[in-house]
Amino acid sequence: MNTQAKFGMGDSGSRAVDTFPKFLLANAARLGSRPAMRHKDLGIWQSWTWAELLAEIRAFSMGLAALGVKRGDKVAIVGANRPRLYWSFCAVQALGGIPVPVYADSVAEEMVYVLNHAEVKFAICQDQEQVDKLLSMGDELKQLTKIVYDETRGMRDYDHTDLHALDGVEALGEADYEANGDKNWLAEIEKGKGSDLSVMLYTSGTTGRPKGVMLSFDNLVITAKNANAFDRLVETEETLAYLPLAWVGDHIFSYAQHYTAGYCVCCPESAETADADRREIAPTYFFAPPRVFETLLTAVMVRMEDAGPTKKRMFDKYMDHARKVGEKILNRESVPFGDRLKYRLGEYLVYGPLKNRMGLTRMKVGYTAGEAIGPEIFSFYRSLGLNLKQLYGQTEAAVYITAQPDGEIRADTVGKPSPGVEIQIADNGEVLYRSPGVFVGYYKNDEATKETKTSDGWVHTGDAGFFDKDGHLKIIDRAKDVGKLANGNLFAPKYIENKLKFFPNIKEAVAFGDGRDFCAAFVNIDLTSIGSWAERNNIAYASYQELAQHPEVYKTIEEHVDQVNRDLASEALMAGSQIRRFLVLHKELDADDGELTRTQKVRRSFIAERYAPLIDALYDGSKEKYIETEVVFEDGRKGKIRATVEIRDMAEHEPAFAAAPVREAAE
Amino acid sequence: MNVHLNPVNEFRMTRPDDGIARGAPLLVADNISLSFGGVKAITDISFDIRKGEIRAIIGPNGAGKTSMLNVINGFYHPQEGTITFRGERRSRMRPHVAAHQGIARTFQNIALFKGMSVLDNIMTGRITLQHRNLFWQALWNGPAEREELEHREAVEHIIDFLEIEHIRKTPVGRLPYGLQKRVELGRALAAEPALLLLDEPMAGMNLEEKEDMSRFVLDVNQQFGTTIALIEHDMGVVMDLSDRVVVLDYGRKIGDGTPDDVRNNQDVIDAYLGVSHDA
Repeated sequence: MNTQAKFGMGDSGSRAVDTFPKFLLANAARLGSRPAMRHKDLGIWQSWTWAELLAEIRAFSMGLAALGVKRGDKVAIVGANRPRLYWSFCAVQALGGIPVPVYADSVAEEMVYVLNHAEVKFAICQDQEQVDKLLSMGDELKQLTKIVYDETRGMRDYDHTDLHALDGVEALGEADYEANGDKNWLAEIEKGKGSDLSVMLYTSGTTGRPKGVMLSFDNLVITAKNANAFDRLVETEETLAYLPLAWVGDHIFSYAQHYTAGYCVCCPESAETADADRREIAPTYFFAPPRVFETLLTAVMVRMEDAGPTKKRMFDKYMDHARKVGEKILNRESVPFGDRLKYRLGEYLVYGPLKNRMGLTRMKVGYTAGEAIGPEIFSFYRSLGLNLKQLYGQTEAAVYITAQPDGEIRADTVGKPSPGVEIQIADNGEVLYRSPGVFVGYYKNDEATKETKTSDGWVHTGDAGFFDKDGHLKIIDRAKDVGKLANGNLFAPKYIENKLKFFPNIKEAVAFGDGRDFCAAFVNIDLTSIGSWAERNNIAYASYQELAQHPEVYKTIEEHVDQVNRDLASEALMAGSQIRRFLVLHKELDADDGELTRTQKVRRSFIAERYAPLIDALYDGSKEKYIETEVVFEDGRKGKIRATVEIRDMAEHEPAFAAAPVREAAE
Repeated sequence: MNVHLNPVNEFRMTRPDDGIARGAPLLVADNISLSFGGVKAITDISFDIRKGEIRAIIGPNGAGKTSMLNVINGFYHPQEGTITFRGERRSRMRPHVAAHQGIARTFQNIALFKGMSVLDNIMTGRITLQHRNLFWQALWNGPAEREELEHREAVEHIIDFLEIEHIRKTPVGRLPYGLQKRVELGRALAAEPALLLLDEPMAGMNLEEKEDMSRFVLDVNQQFGTTIALIEHDMGVVMDLSDRVVVLDYGRKIGDGTPDDVRNNQDVIDAYLGVSHDA
């Protein structure tokens, strides 16, 4: 089917469907009786068809118009994944307003900044908690005039001069519709153009104030259509909306793609029930950050440890088989008939029930992104026959920059440029892209816009990466963290640290080497994993420190580091930065001591300062080093940890990538 | 323009109106005395609970607070004095009669069915409201099924209200203490009580759990208009939540009034701090 015909409105073929309200009208006409949204309420899944969605949104939108929402007004949307908050996007856009979703868990002060910066006049809140938050800011919110809330609980005794229940607003709109029809409303939608501002998403600024990323309808509609075509997503898909509304990923997956493809979005009962609700819905298109897949896998493994011996044996046996052939079958490679048969049996006995348990039975396409996923976790899901892929994206790009095409999936790349995206690598290794999804600019921040977006439309990602021989992009680190060894070789600390951290025995790693002769690393052991290993092997230990210094532990870590070096040796850019020396730290890196951020990211410069003697020892050739470190206990008391830390030398592997360019030349 | 509407789908308690105006006495205790052998647990206590209020009963350990609750819901029978509930005077009453009259309670030590799911536990709270007899219940299909569906819907509203959707099917015994307390409140609410007795609903909770529970108690009072009598040791909670406070010490009433009155009452201060003030 040709897309123009598919999305055309029938009555006048020339009229372009280029905004979400227009898509709503088109979907209601084309897919009127198909489910558009579901929500579990009082334990039962409630559904709305596209026709019903239109009626709800029309009433709500006309009600908002009666409250005074006009073209160009910014409307904040605060709350969790509830149908009516998703509707409010479209209801506001239909009037020419610009929705500004805000992270529901942000504290009042953060919210004040965003709401004032965006000059928000109206706010649509989920419940009392959010209303209280806004009211508590009082006069600080200079532009805010009216608040609409969805859940009525606890709201009875509030002063309702500028506060309105969403039901009431809808009733107002409904009355207007019955009395005067929807002519004005439709005319207002007709005024909308693809180049208009669709939404403003504030990026959670890790440094400095959050910036308001302005995305136009064209940005979102074209990107979403491309993505639908890329993964062949149609109106029969079902997804679960469980990630924050204010996050660009959710806006694309649960809104832009939802409207452009016409598929059904399901809202869980509450954030805590998302796992159980996923089982009931079994989404066909599913996105989750790596940690969700990790938790899911851990839960399965823990339950299997407690299973009976027969089940356990069966699970182990068939999982071994899946590891052997599962990914090959998924990639359509040739696999012996016998193995295929055994895999089929495994599907019936183990993989099928397992996928059912995780709510992934119907999953057609799954994506993970945000950070690196462990190769073992990734291949576990792939080997079950789940089409899990990786993508790389940004708010500024309306998500898609690269994605893995079916059949070309690897754990360590983020895939090829998405449809319509051009990518180039700058001299310093930074990834630049240009696409139809590239944002209009940062709201009221031309300086930052100029820094990020060049005049000819290229956007700086801030990430360093390179293309491998198959044309897949590999992201190695933040561009500003990438350095060079003294001999000129590229040094990407996070890339090396991630490779180390993928071993369950290694919890945290810090790599050094910028401006030095070679790369060296601190390693933190994982107490859970090494601890249970020690228990199984009757190794007694009194403290973390003692276990970390154990010769057997050192030997295990040494093997891991060696494996990492072997991996690095096989990559052209990285072969020069193999780990020459390492040590196992005597204490766990801890946010309380300032060594990690609260989101558990390594604070490299702080660690370099605090453990300066150890770093010197890494580079002066000594075999061990005595160190005293001040630590803060959980109750706030301070103490000192003293230790003599051993330093190991590692052999470097010969670069093993030499064959690759030859083969490429031969092709 | 004001477009606040009372939404139609809001859950309401279905108990018929008893004709008592908000603010009029719902329950009156008259000169209650209770003793166990030689031990006098309660001596000549009189107070009232007004409709729609949150009434706190406080006092040091062993002051007779729980005994007072037990008298109210008919578990103990006072030797002297009477209880008037909804205009009906009585001196002896059995607990199940109290339950039928609309008094529900939670316990100091959680008294749930540990092996049953949260949903089933809360369903048990609806028993006094179910009318089909054993025969229909056993047959189930038909009238009993319809009745169960109605009650299930009410229970789902309570689950939604208390934000415990995620543990709906979890056996209660597996839940942490704070959640068990919340489930117990849910079961008491399921009976759609006219008077809700809470015996130390926040004992053993951390600050966050206490804040949650306080919000639920306030919301129950506001949204359902349920009258609440509350025993609690956390003074901050008592002073913030309650409309009026009665203070007991050694089985006697030593104070009665608004939180501020009670806070400044010398007898109460002494009872709590153990100061002997010079005559």
